[in-house]
Amino acid sequence: MADLTVEIAGIRSPNPFWLASAPPTNTGFQVERAFEAGWGGAVWKTLTDRPVRNVSSRFGALHIADKRMVGFNNIELISDRPFEDNLAEIRQVKRRFPDRAVVASLMIEPDKKQWQEAVRKVEDAGVDGIELNFGCPHGMVERGMGAAVGQHPDLIQRQTAWVKSAATVPVIAKLTPNVTDIRASARAAVAGGADAISLINTINSIIGVDLKAHVPRPTVAGLGTHGGYCGPAVKPIALYMVAECAKDDAVCVPISGIGGIATWQDAVEFLLLGASSVQVCTAVMQHGFRIIEDLVDGLNRFLDESGVGGVRDIVGKALPNYVPFGSLDLDHRVVASIDAERCIGCYKCYIACLDSAHQAIAPGDAEARVPSVLVDRCVGCNLCEAVCPVACIEMIPMTELVGQCQVSSVTAHP
Amino acid sequence: MTGAETVQVPLSPTMSDVEAMAEAARCLFCEDPPCVRACPTGIDIPLFIRKIVSGNRVGAAKTIFDANPLGASCARVCPTDELCEGACVWGKSSRPVEIGRLQQYATDAVLERDVALYDPPSQPIPHRFAIIGAGPAGLAAARELALAGAQITIYEREHSPGGLNTYGIPPFRLSADVAVAEAEMILSLGVHFERGVEVGTHVRPEELLDSYDGVLLACGLDAGRRLGIEGEDLEGVMDALTFLRMAKEGRARAGREVVVIGAGNTAMDAATTARRLGAERVTIVYRRSEQDMMAYRFEYAFAKSEGVQFRWRLMPVGFVGDGAVQVVRCRQTEADPSGAWRLAEREERLPADQVIVAIGQARRWDLLDAFQVPHRDGAVTVDEQGRTGRPKVYAAGDCVWSGKGAEATVVVAVEQGKRAARAMLNDALSRRVENGVAAEGSAWPT
Ligand SMILES: Cc1cc2nc3c(=O)[nH]c(=O)nc-3n(C[C@H](O)[C@H](O)[C@H](O)COP(=O)(O)OP(=O)(O)OC[C@H]3O[C@@H](n4cnc5c(N)ncnc54)[C@H](O)[C@@H]3O)c2cc1C
Ligand SMILES: Cc1cc2nc3c(=O)[nH]c(=O)nc-3n(C[C@H](O)[C@H](O)[C@H](O)COP(=O)(O)O)c2cc1C
Ligand code: SF4
Ligand code: SF4
Ligand code: SF4
Repeated sequence: MADLTVEIAGIRSPNPFWLASAPPTNTGFQVERAFEAGWGGAVWKTLTDRPVRNVSSRFGALHIADKRMVGFNNIELISDRPFEDNLAEIRQVKRRFPDRAVVASLMIEPDKKQWQEAVRKVEDAGVDGIELNFGCPHGMVERGMGAAVGQHPDLIQRQTAWVKSAATVPVIAKLTPNVTDIRASARAAVAGGADAISLINTINSIIGVDLKAHVPRPTVAGLGTHGGYCGPAVKPIALYMVAECAKDDAVCVPISGIGGIATWQDAVEFLLLGASSVQVCTAVMQHGFRIIEDLVDGLNRFLDESGVGGVRDIVGKALPNYVPFGSLDLDHRVVASIDAERCIGCYKCYIACLDSAHQAIAPGDAEARVPSVLVDRCVGCNLCEAVCPVACIEMIPMTELVGQCQVSSVTAHP
Repeated sequence: MTGAETVQVPLSPTMSDVEAMAEAARCLFCEDPPCVRACPTGIDIPLFIRKIVSGNRVGAAKTIFDANPLGASCARVCPTDELCEGACVWGKSSRPVEIGRLQQYATDAVLERDVALYDPPSQPIPHRFAIIGAGPAGLAAARELALAGAQITIYEREHSPGGLNTYGIPPFRLSADVAVAEAEMILSLGVHFERGVEVGTHVRPEELLDSYDGVLLACGLDAGRRLGIEGEDLEGVMDALTFLRMAKEGRARAGREVVVIGAGNTAMDAATTARRLGAERVTIVYRRSEQDMMAYRFEYAFAKSEGVQFRWRLMPVGFVGDGAVQVVRCRQTEADPSGAWRLAEREERLPADQVIVAIGQARRWDLLDAFQVPHRDGAVTVDEQGRTGRPKVYAAGDCVWSGKGAEATVVVAVEQGKRAARAMLNDALSRRVENGVAAEGSAWPT
């Protein structure tokens, strides 16, 4: 059994899986259920000192073919429950589950005293850390909160500093992806004294439009607004942003990775690109807390099979291999190779290559229907591999195909 | 449920939206899809399935009906294991896409909601065609000719259109309601339907040849063949087509102890129908061995799963009973080294209060002779386009089936009807041009 415990800016948890600040952490009841199921930590649904009201409806989903949800969008605000109720529940949860990480997420109006008052209250309730929500892309922005702060590095720095000057527990700045250079936000948080950063919050989005009513979805009394996008579809964006921050020497604090994590493989990717822990929202909203069983079990087996002692040992392991484009070897060539045994003859690779790539796949004979790759035409773009439904195409280095054809090459980058 | 009701319950109910969506999502939208090649009518299967996925169910139905005017019936009765689904690429690594059931889901949207998929042709053409028989072949031809703007009359000796879809195929696979509704859809395109009119009896072939630009023989096969053995006229002995027709109409009765003679598709249907009607024991008696049976493997498997029993190498030689049949006298058979079958000495007596004879349908000698079309053993000989060699006379469907090669199925009859329609139009057009009459307004592709 590998060591799954993590410590991020001094906050410990028995495994790297935290619930992100969102509907699953809205109440003590829910967080206790999550901890019973095995979650390592929870960032409480963002709290504020003045009441907010949420709309109905709030969510929209992006489905593929048979209603499998690949993206999710919300126009929900932060917690609409009384601050004091939440504090009492936090206190109780922490008493029942002292080994889990309980982090309070805060979003307060741009006023130093109000921020510090809130910090004092949540610390008093016993939280292990505080996450600053600089990311909510809708609703709170109009009041100078959330992304209104997160899109301005100077405001991030200032408000983080306000909190740091009052806080005794570690402070995590949660960043919005709705910026051109995430590193500017991260550096500002570090300059303001943040002990860690977490990212990403949701991405500005319109999830869809009602075709008959001509209203963006989700629809509230005949009108719609833009919301925050999350779920599997945002993972690539989140991975990129996490890696950018992790590689940046000026961002010298640990990272909690968030965005589209649904499986243990997703989590490992975040860890390899420099996250020290991960947070999950949409996958839980879709499947419930029980997914933690496979997240933990799968991660554990993966680490054991890789001969790695613990989670900490894989953090950032892919970063040295994440390089600028200009560092890539222009002479390296791979070509597609089809496993005839497993091929089912759908010709998706053939048509993809014909219409959208390099006309490098020829159909097979009418009976067997196993296509073949024209090695000297294949540029190794991976399109066929991407479309093959049975994963029977492998990209293999040209060097392994010795003597099959002459490779021409351009040796310098343009 | 009583037997009479059980036999009407569809074996394969229409999928729910959710089920259809999940199944449709499995289709890969293959390039040069083998499923399409395997469909005799060449339905663009990946396209109609993709339309299901996008929620465009009526559009999916249109794609199906464009290629197959009897798409709703075919969805239910096609031997899909042998055709489209048998060719689906998923068969190589998991299970094929359920094309037939998706086709049923799509086409039902049109049947249920009574959507008009086709506008009546804007430019009628002067050509007039007669079609003999409103079975799958005749209906398919009528649809193609109607869309081209021609004037069509179908002569049908029965009251309802549909042929064996309406009067033969067991109701639990295809209800008469669906068969008739689909036929009505075609007739509503301006096709003149002469019901209850038998060509050869009420109308003379020469009349048709004189007054039409082309005549299509789509008369199918005749009543079930007789064994020609002792006791065949006893009460309780009937031919399978009569029995199935009564089942279709909800007035069939099954005996307690039923013997079905023959092991082709119709025998399987008669046997399973009898079981569903409440027969305690149904035994199929076949004079040859299991390997020689004509039925498809899936039909055989289905019959066994319905509790039908099988006796191989047994030949009925007579029926015994006092007014009504009580016993089937059989002789065992054996193959000699040359492969020929002969009767062995041993006789066996099987008790039976109902005997259903399913040894194939007779040929339409009468009609073929009346039209003087060339035929081989009662099967009209035609070219790929259904031309009989006799000017203006075409044939399609079961009446051209040679007993070998492509099976006599609904989907094959439909494709033959489509092709014959094209040939009829092309030939009529060129005849008019030859005769100096300008071909008016037809855009029929040549
Ligand atoms: C019991 C049974 C089960 C079957 N099951 C299946 C199945 O599951 N799947 C499948 O694909 N196929 C099945 N078939 C075969 C299929 O039904 C036929 O291949 C198909 O119906 C042939 O179509 P057709 O138009 O050539 O002939 P038919 O369907 O026989 O239609 C011929 C029509 O012509 C009419 N007619 C005949 N003579 C005249 C005349 N002189 N004047 C006016 N009208 C006339 C008849 O009344 C009839 O309506 C089955 C057949 C039988 C008997
Ligand atoms: C309905 C909903 C409400 C959310 N509310 C908050 C919130 O109050 N505070 C916050 O910091 N993030 C909030 N988030 C963002 C999530 O914490 C998380 O950053 C984002 O959803 C990406 O992770 P995921 O792809 O696992 O969902 C919310 C997300 C959703 C879907
Ligand atoms: S996409 Fe894959 S399964 Fe399909 S033909 Fe190509 S190699 Fe074979
Ligand atoms: S018509 Fe029959 S063979 Fe053709 S696609 Fe439909 S079910 Fe398959
Ligand atoms: S072969 Fe199967 S997967 Fe491919 S297009 Fe046809 S039904 Fe779809």
